[in-house]
Amino acid sequence: MDTIVLIKQVPDTESAIEVDAQAARIVEDNLNWVLNPYDEIAVEEALRIKESLGGTVTLLCAGPKRSQDALRSGLAMGADQAILITDPDLDGCDTRGLAQVLAACIKTLEYGLILCGQRAVDDDLQLTGASVAHELDIPYISDVTHQEIEDQTLRCRQSTDRAHMKIKSPLPALIAVQRGLNEPRYISLPGMMKAKKKPIDTKTLSDLGLEPSALPQPNIRIESLKVPSSKRAGEMIPGESPEEQAANLATRLREMDLL
Amino acid sequence: MDFELSKEQEMIRREVRKFAKKEIQPLAAALDEKEEFSPELTKKMGEIGLFGMFVSEMYGGQAMDYLSYIIAVEEIARVDGSQAATIAAGNSLGIGPLYYFGNESQKKKYLPKLCAGEGLWGFGLTEPTAGSDAGGSKTTAVQDGDDWVINGSKIFITNAACSMTLGVTVQTVTGSRPSGKPEYTCFIVEPDTPGFKAVPMHKKMMWRSSNTAELYFDKVRVPGENMLGQKGDGFHQMLKTLDGGRLSIGAMGLGGAQGAYELALKYAKERRQFDQPISKFQAVAFKLADCAMEIECARNLLYKACWLRNQNKPFAKEAAMGKLYCSEAMGRVVDRAVQIHGGYGLMKEYDVERFYRDQKLLDIGEGTSEIQRLVISRHIGC
Ligand SMILES: Cc1cc2nc3c(=O)[nH]c(=O)nc-3n(C[C@H](O)[C@H](O)[C@H](O)COP(=O)(O)OP(=O)(O)OC[C@H]3O[C@@H](n4cnc5c(N)ncnc54)[C@H](O)[C@@H]3O)c2cc1C
Repeated sequence: MDTIVLIKQVPDTESAIEVDAQAARIVEDNLNWVLNPYDEIAVEEALRIKESLGGTVTLLCAGPKRSQDALRSGLAMGADQAILITDPDLDGCDTRGLAQVLAACIKTLEYGLILCGQRAVDDDLQLTGASVAHELDIPYISDVTHQEIEDQTLRCRQSTDRAHMKIKSPLPALIAVQRGLNEPRYISLPGMMKAKKKPIDTKTLSDLGLEPSALPQPNIRIESLKVPSSKRAGEMIPGESPEEQAANLATRLREMDLL
Repeated sequence: MDFELSKEQEMIRREVRKFAKKEIQPLAAALDEKEEFSPELTKKMGEIGLFGMFVSEMYGGQAMDYLSYIIAVEEIARVDGSQAATIAAGNSLGIGPLYYFGNESQKKKYLPKLCAGEGLWGFGLTEPTAGSDAGGSKTTAVQDGDDWVINGSKIFITNAACSMTLGVTVQTVTGSRPSGKPEYTCFIVEPDTPGFKAVPMHKKMMWRSSNTAELYFDKVRVPGENMLGQKGDGFHQMLKTLDGGRLSIGAMGLGGAQGAYELALKYAKERRQFDQPISKFQAVAFKLADCAMEIECARNLLYKACWLRNQNKPFAKEAAMGKLYCSEAMGRVVDRAVQIHGGYGLMKEYDVERFYRDQKLLDIGEGTSEIQRLVISRHIGC
């Protein structure tokens, strides 16, 4: 079964984020960019589907040109091909606009299942998957920690803080994958060499027959941006024995209203 | 001048770093403590392609440039010297001579398994009485019909006596050259050959989870087809192998320095004395500044040597400089890093203690620091 994986390139979670307060943006100059860790899980799952059911894995990203490095990572993991939609007019889009762009491209492709990460570790809006499914008018299942496909039927486990739900859906569908679904493979060096020969198809909005002015204007605007204050220093819990330490810890947690 | 790494080299750094952090770091201290070589970990390193990086795809390699290989060794060494030793020796000393000097059937027979990380290979040069002075080798090979009979012994041979060892390349004396100096020839010896014994060496101070062996040859008979290259090629093969090997030892110094420096920087920002992080004391901050500077110098020198090699330009002098500088820079960095950790730096719970021990080999293996200075001084015409 052919799958499509939606990809976003995000700042490496280990890089220190600086904020340009005036522009209400992060400073991008010295950042390392990586494939969004949740999208890695999505790519891994798509590869496993391909390994068991056959088909191809296509990566799709709408973003700046640098995003092709994230696509290369996905290709090096084993995806077959990639599409990068890049256009100066994407800059003005919010998630709704982006979803229309992605959907316009997806409509030109064959697919049985679309996968995306539950969240992108940069803005963490958790909207893209649902918005794209809405545009395509297909079922959407979030927080997926297990999936199985049999006879054109998708069975998923949705895991949130409060519940595990078993969900059944026809295909095609879109799933947003959550941590716990799988452990993504390492990119092997031979995989990296193979990825060099795989195609990344670059498209503009007009290639997709889209008129920038027809895309929805953003409803919201980021007015300011601030890095939360760094973690406070830890606290040592005193006690001579493990029992005493445990008792002191429980007392302290109660004092903090955490127990 | 262009200091930019390729996208591919950046990806290698990122992926190998991720692998080292997740797979090696959690095991490194315990393997060191138990003085245990891990075949599982070695195979995992093979799965992501860390063996045969510079070997052509025809023999199962990754066909990457030399700098890519060096970056991979650097990233492993940033986390653990022993695993980096397995990779560096596995590639430069094990795979390298077979790939560069082996004939087609030798390459087809051994390289695919070695490049997949399913087996390891040793390179036996050093002898109990011949270290820096390789000319003092006493291990001999004498022709007998179509066979050669090897007698002698080797010491300190990496990757040569573990469950994954598929063979060793051994340098022997096969006569004398017209100049009167000994003639050297290398032979391939497989582990189960009668008369051959490989014994793991223990009680090491450093590289404790890398496999080190003593090799004994008692009338070991190998067929003529086991000769590597031509009779008399051994000396030249050794020099070429060591030039490349020095770059990988340099990478271990560079990566180890980077790892120890990062540990010290983190610790200095967290450890408080006199009501402030110790990184605020100039005496500590300046130590870290010196580390950062020397690591930068080490990286530039080593990468330049790799660049020369990639360009097929002479690189022997720069390889010696890179090996020497990176090793000694790591020596200074680990010394400061332990100092910054205070008493904790002397305890095994802190990785920096292992970095401190592992560094010392780099001043000695693949040509001591003195020998590197000798090589450099000859290159500059002394
Ligand atoms: C863990 C480990 C792994 C190793 N792996 C391998 C391997 O895979 N294959 C292999 O063949 N070998 C290997 N070696 C051996 C290593 O390369 C030798 O130990 C090294 O070359 C030094 O030789 P030596 O120990 O005999 O010291 P020596 O040569 O005896 O040197 C002793 C001292 O004398 C100094 N010295 C010697 N000659 C001179 C000179 N002309 N001028 C100034 N000073 C001099 C040296 O610098 C040193 O300080 C390994 C060693 C170790 C410890």
